[in-house]
Amino acid sequence: MKNLLILGAGTAGTMMANKLHKDLNRKVWNITIVDPEVVHYYQPGFLFIPFGIYQPEDVVRMKAAFLPKEVDFIVDEVKLITGEKNEVTLKRGRTLPYDVLIIATGANVVPGETPGLEGKLWYKDIFDFYTYEGATLLAKKLETWQGGKLVISLTETLIKCPVAPLEFAFLADAYFTEKGMRSKVEIFYVTPLSGAFTKPKATKMLSALLEEKHITVIPDFYVQEVDNERKTLISYDQKEVSFDLLVTVPVNKGADVIAASNMGDEDGLNFVPTDKHTLQSKKFENVFVIGDATNVPASKAGSVAHFEGEILLENILSFIHQLPLEAKFDGHANCFIETGYGKAALIDFNYETEPLAGKFPWPIVGPMGLLKVNRANHFGKLAFRWIYWHILLTGKSLPVTSTMSMAGKEVEKEIVK
Amino acid sequence: METLEFNNKTIAVNEEGYLKDSAQWSPELAHQLAKDVNINLTDKHFQVLNWLRSKQAEGIALSIRKVGNSGIVDIKEFYQLFPGGPLKISSKIAGIPKPVSCI
Repeated sequence: MKNLLILGAGTAGTMMANKLHKDLNRKVWNITIVDPEVVHYYQPGFLFIPFGIYQPEDVVRMKAAFLPKEVDFIVDEVKLITGEKNEVTLKRGRTLPYDVLIIATGANVVPGETPGLEGKLWYKDIFDFYTYEGATLLAKKLETWQGGKLVISLTETLIKCPVAPLEFAFLADAYFTEKGMRSKVEIFYVTPLSGAFTKPKATKMLSALLEEKHITVIPDFYVQEVDNERKTLISYDQKEVSFDLLVTVPVNKGADVIAASNMGDEDGLNFVPTDKHTLQSKKFENVFVIGDATNVPASKAGSVAHFEGEILLENILSFIHQLPLEAKFDGHANCFIETGYGKAALIDFNYETEPLAGKFPWPIVGPMGLLKVNRANHFGKLAFRWIYWHILLTGKSLPVTSTMSMAGKEVEKEIVK
Repeated sequence: METLEFNNKTIAVNEEGYLKDSAQWSPELAHQLAKDVNINLTDKHFQVLNWLRSKQAEGIALSIRKVGNSGIVDIKEFYQLFPGGPLKISSKIAGIPKPVSCI
């Protein structure tokens, strides 16, 4: 028997287990998946928890329920990947050999990377909403918060779901308005980038939202530390922003095992150097990487993992049949941007093409609108939770191509003078 | 289409002045781009610019933290070399695309 080993039973790993179980010859291949956690969190739902739109129980399921029974699920932490010996060592001592390895160990927020973030104000006046704990504690905080200066701060640019902090700002505006206390709250959005929007078409179509919702953007602010005594963010070039309530998106890093196995990118963020088209690891040819764990310049998002999944399945099948890896990932991502009051925008893009206006998934009829704020997009976002549990994780295809389609997109012809 | 003139050549740039084709970059052009933002390029600047260009060519997403871990400069020094918005300014001078989010 041969062994296909998957590290990580999150969105990408679970999806791959289901796909490979269906497409590999199970008389020849054992499939094993390892994860230290038994609970699967619907991470896109964390955004809604602070505002009481989702309850904590809406985002929690057991991982085992989404894995085929014929796949071995080992609950343990991966301690070391020894690529030269084709084996993985687990924390409790077990060693697992592999013929093909898929790394799907994801990304996590690491507040400890920024001095002062996890200090005495942590989970008192400073919260994250990228973890179950942070999102649920922030919900409790907001219930009784009397208002003041709400600062939403992005510590880093390479983060999971880069639109989530902006969605948080929009939803906060709606939440405090509906509570009748919007006049008591000032909302600041602090980013290391040049603005909340950085791409030309998205800026043109969506930047009016910030003014409409009275959100002040503080650009080019790269957080060095948090002064707990003065409740102030300090940047590397000594600028300051004070807060009453800080909602932070801490530095995101890949799994510790990546660093321990000397398989991370040289920047120390533990993301695995990966071919951005084939998803093969750059170090070992029988190691593939998917989802947030890679260093490819695509968004860290569930939709990206899904589109990568279809490509990776093809390439793994090619690899084990000793054929060239012909499927190429194009960086396709598709994200909803919740804007509050039951409306949302939608973006669809890839490595080469910025988000454009238009209709999605079908030209003219839509029903969803790209770079437009409407109700259909919001219902799409809510429906996505069902799609996530029932279609995406189980490895089935969505009625959307894995490479980005230009159908339905409005392309402005460049005027050549 | 916007362009800039350099050594009798026309170079295509986007609406914010970033080169459309990073192959058209040269160290001499970097000096001119740096002058526009009042920076006199030193060897240290060029080490950073070359590092950025090589990472960009490898298809790696860049960030200020990555530059800080490059072994060439730490984040403070990166700010001293390119004050204000170090990554967006150095990217422009290096002839590579502006650092962006997905929107």
